[in-house]
Amino acid sequence: MSASVLFDVPGPRGRRRQRVGSVVGALIVLGLLGLAAWRLGINGQLEPARWAILFDTRTNVPQRLLDALLNTLEVAAVGMVCATVLGALLAVGRLSDHAWVRIPVAAVIEFFRAVPLLVLILFCFLFLPRTGISISAFGALALGLTLYNMAVLAEIIRAGILSVDRGQSEAAYAVGMRKWQVMSFVLVPQAVRRMLPVLIAQLVVLLKDSSLGFIVGYLELLRTARSLVETLNFQFGPIYTFQLYVAAAVIYIVVNLLLSWLARVVERRTGRSTKAAATADTKLPADVQMGGGGGAV
Amino acid sequence: MEFLSDNWGLIQSAFLTTLSLAVASGICALVLGTVLAAMRVSPIPALRGLATSYVEIFRNTPLTVVFFFLVFGLVYVDLQFPSRFVAAVAALSSYTAAFVCEALRSGINAVPAGQAEAARALGLDFRQSLTTIVLPQAFRTVVPPLGNVWIALAKNTSIAAGFAVSDLTALLQRLANANADQLLLIFAVVVLGYLVITLPSAWGISILERRLRIVR
Repeated sequence: MSASVLFDVPGPRGRRRQRVGSVVGALIVLGLLGLAAWRLGINGQLEPARWAILFDTRTNVPQRLLDALLNTLEVAAVGMVCATVLGALLAVGRLSDHAWVRIPVAAVIEFFRAVPLLVLILFCFLFLPRTGISISAFGALALGLTLYNMAVLAEIIRAGILSVDRGQSEAAYAVGMRKWQVMSFVLVPQAVRRMLPVLIAQLVVLLKDSSLGFIVGYLELLRTARSLVETLNFQFGPIYTFQLYVAAAVIYIVVNLLLSWLARVVERRTGRSTKAAATADTKLPADVQMGGGGGAV
Repeated sequence: MEFLSDNWGLIQSAFLTTLSLAVASGICALVLGTVLAAMRVSPIPALRGLATSYVEIFRNTPLTVVFFFLVFGLVYVDLQFPSRFVAAVAALSSYTAAFVCEALRSGINAVPAGQAEAARALGLDFRQSLTTIVLPQAFRTVVPPLGNVWIALAKNTSIAAGFAVSDLTALLQRLANANADQLLLIFAVVVLGYLVITLPSAWGISILERRLRIVR
C-alpha cells in the first residue's frame, strides 16, 4: 500500500497549510539545532582549532583513527567469514534427517541466540583464559561475534533453504544426486544468493556490534577515541573530547550507510528482491536487523 | 550454593534492574516508534523526511555510540540526565524506536489497500483512518517482528553495564572480579537471568500471534 492510499491528494488550500506547517516545523528543528550549536559554541566546542586536530597528522590522531577503523573492519571480517561458514553448517545440520544431529544443533542455535552478545564476549574474555586457553581481546571479540552471529546466520540460511522451490531438490534427487550433493550444490547456493541482502544487513549489524570491543578493551574505533581523549587530555587538558567522539560516530555512520547502500545495490542486482524480502519479512528474527545485545547493537 | 545465597540480594536487584530497564525502554520505544511510523506515512513531506532521517541515522549507529553520546556527550550542550538509569532508558528507547518504526511500517504496508480506500470513502481523514482502521490492523500483523524487537531489546540492555548501570551484566563483571573460582556458576546465573526474560517472552509472543492473526 503506497502512502497515497491513506489520504486524499491535498488541494491548493491544504498544500498551502502544509507548506506553512513545514516551514514552521523546519524552523523549530533548526532552532533546536541552533540552540545546541550555540551552547556548543559558548563552551568553545566549535573552534576550528579543536576540530583541526582530527586532520593534523603530527598528533597521530588521523593515523590512530584509521588504524582503529582497520581494526574494526578486521574483527568484523573475521567474525563474518567464520560466522557464515559455521552458520551454513548449522543450518544444514538443523535440517538434517537424523534426530541425533538435528536436536543438538537446534539447541546450540537457540542457546546462542538467546544469550546477549556482550555476555558471550565476556565469557570468552574472562573464562577461557582460566581454562588455560590464552586469548587476546581481539580473539575474545571475534569468537563472541562468531558464536552469536553463526546462530543468527544459521536461521537466515535455513529460511533461505526452505524458501527454495521444492522442484529444485526433487529435480536434483531425480537426476541421482545424493543428499549432501543436493544440499551443497543445489540448495545452499540458491539460499545464499536469495538471502544476500539480509546477509549484508547482518554484516552491518556485526560491524556495529564490534563496538562492544570498547568494553573488553580491544582498540576499535570507540576505544581508540576514548584512549586518544585520555592521552590528549593529559597533554592539553579536556578540550578535544567532544570532537573525537563525534569523529568516531561519524566514521561508524558513514561506513554503515555505505554497507546498507551496498546491500540495496546487491538486492536490486539479484533481482529476486521481492521473494527474498518476503521470506525476510516472515521468517527472520529481528535481531537480524537489530543486533543481539549488544546484540547490539 | 552457599555462594548463591550469599549474593542473592545482589542477583535479585540486578535482575530487577535489567527487567525494569527493558520494560521502561520497551514502552518508550513503542510510543516513539508508533509516532515515527505515523510520520513516515503522513501526507506532509517534511514529517516524512524527518522520520526517515531519524530511522536511517539510528539504525546505522552502534547502540554503544548512542549510549556514549547520551551519557558523555550531552554535557557539552549543558544537559544532563537525572541518573544513569534514565540515560540508559533514553539510549535504548531512541535506538529501538527506529526498529519499531520499521516493523510497524511494514505492517502498515501489509494492510490491504482496500481498507484505507474504504475508510477514505466513508469520509475519514488521515488521522482517523490511520488510528481507527489501519494501525489496529497493522499492530496485529506485526506481533512477531515487534516481539523479536522486544527480545533483542531485552538482550541489548546488557550494554548499559558498560555505562555504570548495575544490571545483570554489570553483576557478572563485578562478581567475576571478586570470585574467580565461581566463574562458571556466575555465568550460568546471569545467562539464566536473561533466559528468564527472553524465553517466556518468545512463548507469549507465539500465543499472542496465534490469537491475533488475521486470516485473509
